[in-house]
Amino acid sequence: MADAPQIPDEAETRARWGAFAWTAENAEKAKAVIARYPAGRQRSAVMPLLDLAQRQVGAETQTQGWLPVPVIEYVAAHLDMPFIRAYEVATFYTMYNLVPVGRYHVQVCGTTPCLLRGSDDVMAACKNRGMVKGKTTPDGLFTLTEVECMGTCTNAPMVQINDDNYEDLDYDSTVRILDALAAGEQPKAGTQLANRHTSEPDGGPTTLKEMVKANHDYRKEW
Amino acid sequence: MLADKDRIFTNLYGFQPWSLKSAQARGDWDNTKDLMKRGQDAIIEEIKASGLRGRGGAGFPTGLKWSFMPKEPRADRPSFLVINADESEPGSCKDREIIRHDPHKLIEGALIAGFAMRARAAYIYIRGEFIREAETLFAAVQEAYDAGLLGKNAAKSGYDFDVFVHRGAGAYICGEETAMIESLEGKKGQPRLKPPFPAGAGLYGCPTTVNNVESIAVVPTILRRGAPWFASFGRENNKGTKLFQISGHVERPCVVEEEMGITFRELIDKHCGGIRGGWDNLLAVIPGGSSVPLVPAAEIMDAPMDFDGLKAVGSGLGTAAAIVMDKSTDVVQAISRISYFYKHESCGQCTPCREGTGWMWRVMERLRTGDADISEIDTLFDVTKQVEGHTICALGDAAAWPIQGLIKHFRPEIERRIRENGGALEAAE
Repeated sequence: MADAPQIPDEAETRARWGAFAWTAENAEKAKAVIARYPAGRQRSAVMPLLDLAQRQVGAETQTQGWLPVPVIEYVAAHLDMPFIRAYEVATFYTMYNLVPVGRYHVQVCGTTPCLLRGSDDVMAACKNRGMVKGKTTPDGLFTLTEVECMGTCTNAPMVQINDDNYEDLDYDSTVRILDALAAGEQPKAGTQLANRHTSEPDGGPTTLKEMVKANHDYRKEW
Repeated sequence: MLADKDRIFTNLYGFQPWSLKSAQARGDWDNTKDLMKRGQDAIIEEIKASGLRGRGGAGFPTGLKWSFMPKEPRADRPSFLVINADESEPGSCKDREIIRHDPHKLIEGALIAGFAMRARAAYIYIRGEFIREAETLFAAVQEAYDAGLLGKNAAKSGYDFDVFVHRGAGAYICGEETAMIESLEGKKGQPRLKPPFPAGAGLYGCPTTVNNVESIAVVPTILRRGAPWFASFGRENNKGTKLFQISGHVERPCVVEEEMGITFRELIDKHCGGIRGGWDNLLAVIPGGSSVPLVPAAEIMDAPMDFDGLKAVGSGLGTAAAIVMDKSTDVVQAISRISYFYKHESCGQCTPCREGTGWMWRVMERLRTGDADISEIDTLFDVTKQVEGHTICALGDAAAWPIQGLIKHFRPEIERRIRENGGALEAAE
């Protein structure tokens, strides 16, 4: 397990995160999340609450966020479940960061549909900016990860950076996006092709052309 | 080609807003109460008659699945509908389009399907990486509540029904129905042994049906237009319309709704602008998402894209996600990357899969460079047979099939690499 995350020193994280507690806003959110599940089944909320906690850590550290052990303990206690059950969940799912990440978590999809459309170029653009797979750049700006299929295969290749997808990439557009992020700008999310809207064929749809201009009601033609 | 008026997902590309108001103008939530008035059994019969088969890959008849649910749920054991939006199969990207552009079709379908199977609530399990899509879905569900379409006396039907959204956190295996249930209960997503089947003991030990997003989202339209309309598309046993997703080496990759059984050639020529470099440049196609074996060019070109048509060429429809590879493709690398995917996504519960997926990927990587012995091709094939069918869920099978397909169709290419690599070594000595 050479690529398994090295969990940071516990004494240090405990000193920094031992007093973790929900912000007032997140306490409300946590309550709403738990209410989605039947009474007595509050453990079901462990995944959304770990996500919420990671986001709160992210907001405090100006990064995408991660889950220090004391924070996982806090979530487990909140849901009245053993720590190990929450820790199991945090380590099983890939979207929980077990080590600190940078301001932007650059997740390049490298699975076959993206591979066929040139994900190597996207990866090269990241590496040429000094990123190393699994590491954070020294300035704390970017963490590079190669991820498995992100479910946007007709808009391949793609990268997910924090909460946004950037699709239909090539080397140049990837560089442009990374430059914009580094400059503190918010590049346009979604497809990077000029004549594409979402997942229709580039240049315009072959079907449902009425829908482009107006909210067409096809029921009249049934 | 399917006429636009017969397409179910009219806002597939999101040129128009997804909001309730726009969706209603397109025909969603139109007198849902009357559809429900037909009664639970009548709805299930209608779906059975439409010939709808599950759109998540296995193709189990949807109406039949619903009929396994208890007719009179006990108060202490309510029934649940779980909607599988954990779309993670490489090649698949249809549920995402439904969720972000036509979420009300899914929510209305959840109410009707939940009512038909006498469920108390639906949980929509959306994959964690669909962050913006989940935001849309949460907002759309809230709109439906605010309009009285969900909750107590949903859509004034007299039936109480809730829809909840649950976000995953990055695990392909949670697309397996029992793993999804485990994950919903707040555990690691490791599949359960069956039986008991979810319809007997599923979420929280209660009767549960797990359906794909597309299977649920087409239900309201089928009821409005009638089973004979839906069954008029496609061939016997392969009815209806379907969202196809074409990725890889075509001129213009896209998602498109088409009639089941459309030939591969027509699908590509009509919607994708042809194969990159022309039809002569086609090498192979993985027609149903990464889990199904690849099909060489000559066999796929005129194959009908439906369950039976692709079974006949030794593959499967899966989620109808065609990954197209032209002759520039390093086909061994393409399959090896899929092997890496399964290695990464194995949940680690069953030994043949946990150990086998890693082992198969490492051998595939050596075959890619030719750093192997010719006899290892047979050893690899043998190991895939040891993994296949010896695990709790189908992930082991899904990891084995692409490799079996590769060896079956591209053995000469693998042997060539080994010989050339060996030859180079000898020359060096």
